[in-house]
Order: sequence, then C-alpha cells, then structure tokens
Amino acid sequence: MDKLKILTKSIWVFHFGSAACNNCDIEILDVLTPRFDAERFGIKLVGSIKHADAMLVSGIITRKTAPMLKEIYSMSPKPLAVIAFGSCASSQGMFKNSCMRTVPVDEMIPVDAYIPGCPPRPEAIIDGVVKVITKLRGEL
Amino acid sequence: MTTLFHYLIFPGLLFALAAGMIASWIERKVTARVQWRVGPPLLQPLYDIMKLFIKENIVPEHAHYLTFAAAPLISFVSAGLAATIIGMSIFFPSHSFQGDLIVVAYLLVIPPMALILGGAASANPLASLGASREMKMVLSYELIFWIALIVVWIKTGGQLNLSLFAVKEAVGASFSGAIAFALMLITMQAKLGRVPFDASEAETEISGGPYIEYSGPLLGFFKMSQHIMLAAVPALVSIIFLGGAGVGRYVILLVIVILAENTNPRLKITQCLRLFWFFLLPAGLIAIILATLGY
Repeated sequence: MDKLKILTKSIWVFHFGSAACNNCDIEILDVLTPRFDAERFGIKLVGSIKHADAMLVSGIITRKTAPMLKEIYSMSPKPLAVIAFGSCASSQGMFKNSCMRTVPVDEMIPVDAYIPGCPPRPEAIIDGVVKVITKLRGEL
Repeated sequence: MTTLFHYLIFPGLLFALAAGMIASWIERKVTARVQWRVGPPLLQPLYDIMKLFIKENIVPEHAHYLTFAAAPLISFVSAGLAATIIGMSIFFPSHSFQGDLIVVAYLLVIPPMALILGGAASANPLASLGASREMKMVLSYELIFWIALIVVWIKTGGQLNLSLFAVKEAVGASFSGAIAFALMLITMQAKLGRVPFDASEAETEISGGPYIEYSGPLLGFFKMSQHIMLAAVPALVSIIFLGGAGVGRYVILLVIVILAENTNPRLKITQCLRLFWFFLLPAGLIAIILATLGY
C-alpha cells in the first residue's frame, strides 16, 4: 500500500496502439504538450513495456494484435495499471460487428480504468489517470 | 573504515547520488522551462528511483543472466568510485594522489562499457543495435577526451593531481587551453549521453537501446549511475579547466549541457564519428602544437 503510493508519484506510460485510427494517439500526445504538461506529476511516455507502470491500450483489438497484447502484458513488470483508452478499446465502439474484431480489452487482460470517448479529450484522460491513482492508493 | 565511509557516504556514492539527483532535477526543470512548461517537482528523480526499486525485475528468457544482472552494478560501482576520487580532491585535497586524473579518466569509461555488455547480453535486436552504437560513440569521444587531457598535461607541465589544479592558474584561460576546453565541452555532452550524441539510446528511434530490456531495480542502478555521472563529469571538467569546482561553475557547465541538449537535433552515428575524428581531431592536434609552443 505504501509501496503503491510511491508508484503513483512517478507513472511511466507505455502506449499500446492496437489498430487505432490515430485520433486517440494524437490526444495522448496532447496531454504531454505544454498546455497540460503531464510531467508535473511525474508522468512520462516510455518506449519499452519493461519500463512501464501503466499501459494505455487504444483501438480495437483485432485478430492480428490480440496475441501481441497478451504477450506485451505478460512481459510487463508488475504492478502495472492497464487503461482502456477510447471507445474502441473499452467497448469495441463502431467496430462491434466487424469481422476482424475479437473481444474488448477487459475480457483479455485485467483493466483498471476506462476512458470513453472518440477520441477522449485531454481533460478526460487526466480524469482517468486521477482515477487510476486513487485506485492504486486504495482510496476508491 | 574511513576509506569505506568516504566511498559509501560523503564524497562517494550517497553524496554524488544526491548531487546527481538535484542536477537531474535541474536538467528536467530547465528543459521544461525551455519548452514553456512547469516541470516536475524537486523530488521527482528520487521518486523515480524508489519506484523502480519496488517494481518486478524481469530477466529475458534468452539473456545471459550473469552479465545482464552484473552490468548495472558494475556501472553503478565504478561511477561511484570515479565520483569519490573527484569528490576527495574537492573536499579533502590532502587525500589526492599523483595520477588520480588518469584513474578517473579510466573509471569513467567503465559505465559505457557496462552498458555495452548489458545491452549485448539482453538478447534484443534493438539493444544490440544500441550497444553497437554506444561502442562507436566511445571510440569517437574517448579520442578527443584524451587529446584534451594531453593539452592540459602539457600546459601544466606534467600535472596529474586533481587537487593541485585549484591552486594553479586555470588552464582554460590560455589560447590552446580554450580550444581544449571547447573540445572537452563537446566530449562531456557525448560522455553524458545527451542530445545531440544520444544515438545509442534514442528513445524515439530504438526506444532506449541497451536499456530496453531492463526493468525494476536493475534499471534503477543504471539510472543511479547516470545521475552520478551527471554530477561527476561536469565537476571534473570544472576542476581541470576552470581551476576548481565551485557550485557556480558546476551549474554553469550543467546549464550549457542542458541548453545544448534542448537546441540540437540528434546526430546519426556516422555523423558523430565524422565530427569527432575528422573535425575535432585536427582542432585537438592544433591545440597540442600550440600548447607545446607555449600559447
């Protein structure tokens, strides 16, 4: 519990873009720009899952990316917070009846927070991160 | 006992680590201000390290376990030893010995070597790419580093004791010394692995290079040795060229590193090699000739 409090002070985020249409990706970058400046809270984007404390999954999980998502999750050092980012990752969104979709993210790996929206606004992203932090601190 | 105290606590590991964390915070804060942001709080580097030590440690299946696990520790221990010798010459000048400059120069090569070992042992294509780039980087900047040291050696008449640089006239004040100082500033940037010479870890290109497979405490040891290097290398340059390492001189050198980092694009590894060997090497040789002529 105390350990997880330290974790919430420095969250390094890995971005898993699974067949996303790039709107979510651009909104993630918006959070890191000077207007919102996520580094104030120690949040940083990293390039390798081995360094990550949180994983953002954006886009629909297709048949091609489903095994990759499973492998990436199994590679990650725990504790890891998984955030389903955008309508596609949370509930399959407009691809609900597509022949290429598999399952929503939470049926494959444990998800800590959902950020709905197509794409979610940066304010919604920050709200989602705050929810993850309160959950990790055990205050939820 | 006192030796152990000096190594572990005062000018050594703990003190250098604290100084390096503050330096790292200054780096991130100045970077944030350059980009018109607010930047992280003062304790952010400490939180990062503490966070890494509670994380799970993963060793890749095909990695060479011993080399993979030993590399960060070797890097941390030798960076700490270099920082101890530099710190002793600042805080306890009587403990310095003739030739400690050479010892420090050798010790400062070990962290990049450990990084090469660790990257090559981690069984990841991007890590081996990063390790090979790091190797070329070491080959490029070490040449110029030693040439700058030779200029210093000639200018001071065979002076190799770090604590005696403080009492002499600053080497950087003479003409050849100024050239050597400029070369050393570029070398310092490369030794610290900062942009424009960060091709070996290139976050956006090979996502961390040799660090890519490291997680948890082992990554924490690498981060800590980076912090120590950030404290030690500018202090060393300040002692050699500016005649002593005051806080003011150290911070000026640090801010030069940070501003160069924030206003330059990353060089490709071929461009780094060309810059060091074909542009800076002739300048270094001219500096040596000028120094022998007494300028």
